[in-house]
Formats: sequence, C-alpha cells, structure tokens
Amino acid sequence: MRPLLLLLRLSAAVAAGLVLATATTGCFSNRQNEGATLYQNHCSSCHGEQGQGLRRLIPPVAASDYVAQNRAGLPCLIRRGMKGDMVVNGIHYNQVMAGHEDLTDSQITNLLNFVQRSWGNQNEPYTVREVSELLAPCHGSDGQ
Amino acid sequence: MMYSDLRLSWGRAALAGLLALGSLLPLACSSDKTADKPERLPILGLKHAEPTSAADTLPDRVPSFRLTNQDGQTITNQTFAGKVYVTDFFFATCPSICPKMQSELLRVYEQFKGDPNVLFLSHTIDPAHDSIPVLRDYAERLGIQNAARWHFATAPHDTVFALARAYMTAAQVDKTVQGGYAHSGTFALIDSQRRIRGVYDGMEKSQVDQLIRDLPVLLKEEAETRQTAAK
Repeated sequence: MRPLLLLLRLSAAVAAGLVLATATTGCFSNRQNEGATLYQNHCSSCHGEQGQGLRRLIPPVAASDYVAQNRAGLPCLIRRGMKGDMVVNGIHYNQVMAGHEDLTDSQITNLLNFVQRSWGNQNEPYTVREVSELLAPCHGSDGQ
Repeated sequence: MMYSDLRLSWGRAALAGLLALGSLLPLACSSDKTADKPERLPILGLKHAEPTSAADTLPDRVPSFRLTNQDGQTITNQTFAGKVYVTDFFFATCPSICPKMQSELLRVYEQFKGDPNVLFLSHTIDPAHDSIPVLRDYAERLGIQNAARWHFATAPHDTVFALARAYMTAAQVDKTVQGGYAHSGTFALIDSQRRIRGVYDGMEKSQVDQLIRDLPVLLKEEAETRQTAAK
C-alpha cells in the first residue's frame, strides 16, 4: 500500500507542476501573439482578416507599399488616426481612420511588428523605444 | 414618424428581437422531424395593428417608405415589388463594424449577382453627412456601379430610425461611441409581400452563410406562389 500511496502523491505533484508550467507558457505565448490579437481586435474589421482591405474603400495593409515606405509615420498614424486622400499600391482611398488612444506604446509596437512581418510584408521590426520616439512628433507617447 | 418616442420603441425592438429568436429556435430543434416536409422560412416581427379577423395573426408588414438612392432617384416599396431584398443600416464614415458588415453583404451580393429577383438596400443612419454624392462615392468604391441591384439610400433621421426598428435592427445616436452612432450589424431578408423572413448578424460569417442558404428557399417559395397565382 505504501509505495502505491507514494506513487499517487508523486503523480499528483507532477500533475500540479505540469499545470503550473502550462499556465506560465500560456502567459508568455499570449504576450508573444499580442500583435496578432491586437490586429484582430482593433484593425481586422476594416482592414480585413488577412490585411486585404476592402475594394477601393479601405486600403490593404498586406503587401502594402504604404506600410513599407512610411515606417516612421505609422506609430502616429495608429495613435491619431487619419483622414483625407491617400494612395496605396497606386489606388486612391479616402476614408476616416479612428485613432487609438487606448493602446500603450508597447502595444503599438507589437501591433506594428505583426503587420510588418505578415501577409507578404517583410519590413524591419520596431523596438518599443523606437516607437516611443516616433510617437513624439504627434505627442502620442505614453512612455509604456 | 410612425413612432415618436424613441425610448418606448426601444423596448419594442428588444422584444421583437426576443420573439424573433424564439421563433427561430423551434425551427432549429425540429429540423429532423420536418426533413421530409418542404422547407419554409418563418415570418418574423411583431403585430402592432389591430387584427381585422380571427385569422389575421401575421406580424406587420414592412411599413411604407420613401427614400432617395445614390443615383438621386426616389425609391419606395414599389421599387422592390415582386422581388426579395436584403437590407441593412450603415454610415459612410463608420469606423467600427460597417466595413466588415458591408464586405459580408458584398459576399451575398456576389453570390446572387445573376438573379434580378434579389435586391439590396443599405440605409445610411447619418443623413447629415452621407449626401447623395457621398453615397454614390461609397457605392462605387465598394464596386457597385449603379443602383440597379443595390440601393444606398438616405432619408430624414426619424424615417431611417423608424425603419431600422421595423426591420428589427437597432440604431441610435450615441455620442460616446466612435463615429457617433450605435447600431447593430443586422441584415433582414424581406419577401415580395413585405414580410420579414430572416434576421442575421452581418458580423458573423456563419449567419451570413445561413442567409446565403435561406435566399434560394425563399426564391423557390416566391416562384411557386407566382405559378399558383398564374393558374
């Protein structure tokens, strides 16, 4: 009986350890995928699940020359939104985009890095520090 | 117009939604038993009007309306006579749900592009901004070159909001949300008798797929009714 009890206790401890380990990695992986989650929650309704945009109404962020060529301006674009005519991949768009006061600098960083590395975009990722600096011109940095 | 007290009608709209849900549930549960019977879409909505006889129990028809479309033409119920149509409520500068909703409606439109008996009607809930040129520009950017099959329509605020309730959609002014209007992404399917035959969440792909499956069922019923009437 004794060895069996020990075995039971041991397996319970292993199980508890496993649960803890899973919970911890779960936490890490959430943070890792923060950019994708933020894109899903804040951007996909307009720009599409695959960044494809919507006809001539909403510009694409996938394989987008604008995303590649306006690296320095993107953090402020997300923070403050934009309106008026713009050209993406040779097509004129004219829609209002809402700003995002609710995102931290690091969230903007993760969001932009997700876009910069997805759907055919192969652009250089940002550091949080760089994004905070790029947010200075529009007074958009929250220092977080 | 028809309803003057917005708040009172809100309760009605919510109730209509609940009733609609209730009438959908038995259909979902009893699908096995009725498999051998011809499929038929329910008639949804509330009955406000006094019954004219004991047999008069159906929900109210879509009320009479008079709107202006993106080509500047006046459109009324007569514009949709003998057709079925799908309707929704949006506004051109909507930063939240509209693009997704309109891209889903576009999916339905593409699916039934070849069928002249299926029309589409999108109402703006921001008539102050969405003038006829703005609506035309919006439609063209979406790839809809004229109003032959898909009307983008405007009318005074009260008219549009009353219609939204009649079509079982929630729409109201809300200064606290982005864009200034709170509204749901509901699509309603209307038959040639001005009855609501389906209500779908335009933000949910699975529900829009259901609409795409329901449309042929309704079109079949319409064709059979026409045949019977012709005999």
